[in-house]
Amino acid sequence: MKKTAFLGALAAAGLAAGVASAQTLEEVQERGELNCGVNTGLAGFAAPDANGVWQGFDVAVCRAVAAAVLDDPQAINFVPLTGQTRFSALASGEIDMLARNTTWTFTRDADLGFTFVGINYYDGQGFMIRRDYGIGSALELDGATVCIQTGTTTELNLADFFRSNNMEYEPVPIETNAEAQQQYLAGACDVYTTDSSGLAATRASFETPEDHVILPEIISKEPLGPVVREGDEEWGDIVRWTLNALIAAEELGVTSANIAELAEGTDRPEVNRLLGTEGNFGEVLGLDSDWAVRAIAANGNYGEIFASTIGEQTPIGLSRGLNAQWTQGGLMYAPPFR
Amino acid sequence: MPATAPTFVRREMLPERPPPPLEAGAVRWMRENLFSGWVNTLLTVASLYVVWWILAHVSPWLGNAVWNAGSLSECREILDGVSGACFAVIRDRWHQLLFGFYPPEHYWRPVLALVLLLVALAPVLFSELPRRLLWFSAAYPFVGYFLLWGGSAWLPLLAAAGFGVGYLAWRLTAPGAPLAATVAAFVAPVLWWLFAAPPLLGELRDAVPLGIDFVRSDSIGGFLLSMIIGISAISLSLPLGILLALGRQSDMLFLRSVCIGFIEFIRGVPLITLLFTASLLLNYFLPPGTSFDLVLRVVIMATLFAGAYIAEVVRGGLAALPRGQYEAADALGLDYWKAQRLIIMPQALKISIPGIVNTFIGLFKDTTLVVFIGLLDPVGLSNSIRADTDWNGIYWELFIFIGALFFIFCFSISRYSMYLERKLQKGH
Amino acid sequence: MLLYDTRYRSVTIQIVFLMLFMGAIAWLVDNTITNLAALNKNFSFDFLWESAGYDINQTLIEYDNQMSHGRAMFVGLLNTLLVAVLGCALATVVGVLAGMLRLSKNWLTARLLAVYVEVFRNIPTLLWILIFFAIMTEATPSPREFRGDDPAASMLLGDAVAISNRGVYIPAVEFARGLGTLNLHYFNISLNALAVIGVIALSFYANGRLLAHATRVQNATGVRPVTWWKSVLLLVTPLLVMLYALDAGLDYPALRGFNFGGGTHLRNSLIALTLGLGIYTGAFVAEIVRSGILAVSRGQSEAAAALGLKPNLTMRLVILPQALRIIIPPLISQYLNLTKNTSLALAVGYMDLRSTLGGITINQTGRELEGMMLLMLIYLIISLLISGAMNVYNSRIKLKER
Repeated sequence: MKKTAFLGALAAAGLAAGVASAQTLEEVQERGELNCGVNTGLAGFAAPDANGVWQGFDVAVCRAVAAAVLDDPQAINFVPLTGQTRFSALASGEIDMLARNTTWTFTRDADLGFTFVGINYYDGQGFMIRRDYGIGSALELDGATVCIQTGTTTELNLADFFRSNNMEYEPVPIETNAEAQQQYLAGACDVYTTDSSGLAATRASFETPEDHVILPEIISKEPLGPVVREGDEEWGDIVRWTLNALIAAEELGVTSANIAELAEGTDRPEVNRLLGTEGNFGEVLGLDSDWAVRAIAANGNYGEIFASTIGEQTPIGLSRGLNAQWTQGGLMYAPPFR
Repeated sequence: MPATAPTFVRREMLPERPPPPLEAGAVRWMRENLFSGWVNTLLTVASLYVVWWILAHVSPWLGNAVWNAGSLSECREILDGVSGACFAVIRDRWHQLLFGFYPPEHYWRPVLALVLLLVALAPVLFSELPRRLLWFSAAYPFVGYFLLWGGSAWLPLLAAAGFGVGYLAWRLTAPGAPLAATVAAFVAPVLWWLFAAPPLLGELRDAVPLGIDFVRSDSIGGFLLSMIIGISAISLSLPLGILLALGRQSDMLFLRSVCIGFIEFIRGVPLITLLFTASLLLNYFLPPGTSFDLVLRVVIMATLFAGAYIAEVVRGGLAALPRGQYEAADALGLDYWKAQRLIIMPQALKISIPGIVNTFIGLFKDTTLVVFIGLLDPVGLSNSIRADTDWNGIYWELFIFIGALFFIFCFSISRYSMYLERKLQKGH
Repeated sequence: MLLYDTRYRSVTIQIVFLMLFMGAIAWLVDNTITNLAALNKNFSFDFLWESAGYDINQTLIEYDNQMSHGRAMFVGLLNTLLVAVLGCALATVVGVLAGMLRLSKNWLTARLLAVYVEVFRNIPTLLWILIFFAIMTEATPSPREFRGDDPAASMLLGDAVAISNRGVYIPAVEFARGLGTLNLHYFNISLNALAVIGVIALSFYANGRLLAHATRVQNATGVRPVTWWKSVLLLVTPLLVMLYALDAGLDYPALRGFNFGGGTHLRNSLIALTLGLGIYTGAFVAEIVRSGILAVSRGQSEAAAALGLKPNLTMRLVILPQALRIIIPPLISQYLNLTKNTSLALAVGYMDLRSTLGGITINQTGRELEGMMLLMLIYLIISLLISGAMNVYNSRIKLKER
């Protein structure tokens, strides 16, 4: 009867099929849209707002790249991905880049055929527990029931932590953050563990956040960063240096407020090189000379993005900590633009 | 004989007396149906207890339901400690549960597509309707695609034109060489879709921009997504299932083994592993770099899945057909395909209708599994609604709403299949 | 032409088909090899011997996170089988009861069960599993509520059973004078359990011999000897002696630290999955049982009544043996469905084969291709075993047909 129900869709898909060859840049420019893989919903990092517009810290990286490459920070197709589907989506060419709080590990980088282009957030795994338990340290968690999200590095860290401290625990694996929250709030687990930024975001969404404490121990290193496919160095460089431009801009004092003025030319050579009034860095990347100006103008520099999405003034309320500039005692350190 | 015979014989009827009160009306009915023995009485008491228990627990909760609130905490404030449902979440999010993130200004399109679907199905389901309506049924896939996804109207038109091209090729070559005509009827449309249609599409799109707003697959969700996957997979799997069933019955050894292998493999693994294959592995099996719409991939997998089950149902139908029917077809000198088309299939399919409908209901319920690969079906959306700060902690209301949607849909289909079964049985 | 000659047509078509089929396979394999090469991956199952690194909450055999992915897969497989067996048992009990009661003369009961069957059949399994999981976590107290001087919740059956939102804790049997375990290299077998099972099996065997003897006596003399007290003696005494010898006792659950400790912990995920799958499939089984009984022709029960058999004897001796023949094949295919549906375990965080091998292992090692193939293969083997059993059964009852 409807033998052909989807032939139309097949044809449409055939026309829209992306080709994951080495020419990601050309494809993106031809398509006029950047396919960016993000979290299915993590407040502060990537979540659609009431109008369906994606907002957040990871989203801002996508926007900066889209601005640099396509001159339009809105020309993005966001692909929400779960912990389990994110890598295959990137490998298959469904997305051009992945900005979904993904931990940079040896296996993922060297074995799985991906390239981590940098670190946009230094995170670590932590624990959240109800305040009325009266527990002050993760070392007191012997015998606790722990909710974890499956498909992440957290379950390995958790196993290592409890093993090395000779403690018992009962893992409760959960598929989504929402379900984990529900289980935790219902008391089906004593502790919820995930990246401490994620804990802060989750806690912020509770009715009474002050009833829950995040324990001081950080049990792992979780450097989160954008990921691209291995084998397309040109595209990797673009994403890497867009991120570096955002970080360098903060260091050099380039903000979305003064960028128009600074882009006219200054007496500081590094700012000039960054903003394209000196040298031909844009050309080397295969872009025009204003690429960094657009990337920074899209959401502001790294510090501005941090402050507006997850910073202390937002409900998430994260302090800069490790993510402060190296000049401020943090780890954010962009290689020089020269 | 004396004239005055003793009058012990009654000559007129007595008026009917009412039956004893225990044997009449509601009392009798209750005695017979509820209290006819101690087992029966026990069952009645147990059933009454179950009914009472359910009502006692559910009715206050339903009775106090709140329909107007902006968030769960607001609901709780209104309820003020009393147990009660918070159906405000349905009021707030029903459109998401039905349509996903489909743009609200375009809601008329899926609704219209659904109405047209019923129109297209009507001539298939009810044989009393004029046969000419079947033309619309044939055109529906294109109309439905256009309405749901939108974009340029030329795309479905050109795709549909492929079938016209095939028919034309067949008509042109048929008088000379029937075999060549069959080949031509298959090759011509493929050539058309591959080589003629894409450039033509570009030209036409530029020349006459005919179309409506394009809606991306990822904004389709909720019950609409379940419907799309369920309906397209089942209609695609019918022809596939029939071919597989015929292949399984065929006496060509190799063909038969491939069909059996395929059917047994698909039926032996859970649907969820096939869905994971669609989302994780397909990029391994396709030429480097090809990637296409996840919804389409899911539809293909669901089609393969349902196809194997339909094949078994049709095989049952074929097996139930008396041998004489095959022999009669042979005696009439019909070739294989003609015999299948005119004699075997109409009867075999008629026998298999209940099984086909059951497969459809099963597949439709199984569309909920797409939540595991990140598609936003109703269950997936219930997760994302619960992730929202406003509705954090809401369970039952969403489950009841989703369950009710599925129940209404599946229950009415199964009733229809029962009606059909009865109707077909009378035909004997 | 070869196609028009009926002698060669079938061969020609098959050869063309074979070539197309081989071509398609070659195309897929070639694509896979190219893609793997492009991703710098190889095709190997070595990851199964690497250390898994993650923990599993419910393990039927010994497991810790230093053991291999293969071991974790095996733990998952056992969990899958456990929930499949429990679910099938529950589905059978619920389904047979509901199917028989739907046919009962009691109007109310029949209606009530019709509602049960329709409601459960027409709503997806996944939803039922989630609903039962929600009931288990939302409607039961958390362990904290058992604490304190005036606890909000208390244990049942004289502090033996605790129902909490982390699961149900029941007493466990433990042996103070145990026999230890038998180390079979890959896994250990508790000798105590083995001894108890052996004693029970022996008792049943002896009881079977006793009953057979009674039947022989009955056939020869027409009088059946009284056996019930011998049966009881045979079935109960050896077990009691064995338990006494092993000094068996009950280990009661009690609150310790964060959770209940001791006893056996039936996790919510296991309970929700068993209930969801069992009661859902039970609705289908009920329909199968009902239609099986209805399919036995009326004449049979009338003939039985004419012979003077009582209704329950009619059911047992005449209807059921005939109905079973109709019931068993679709029943087994329902078991098969239930077994495949255990792969929904992930929704409630039950660590079955799909969640261990098909979930965490694939994720940690990035071996989607190998992992999914292995996963499908295992499910396929389980399914083929079940349908093989069905075929054996079918051919056996076919022989008896007259």
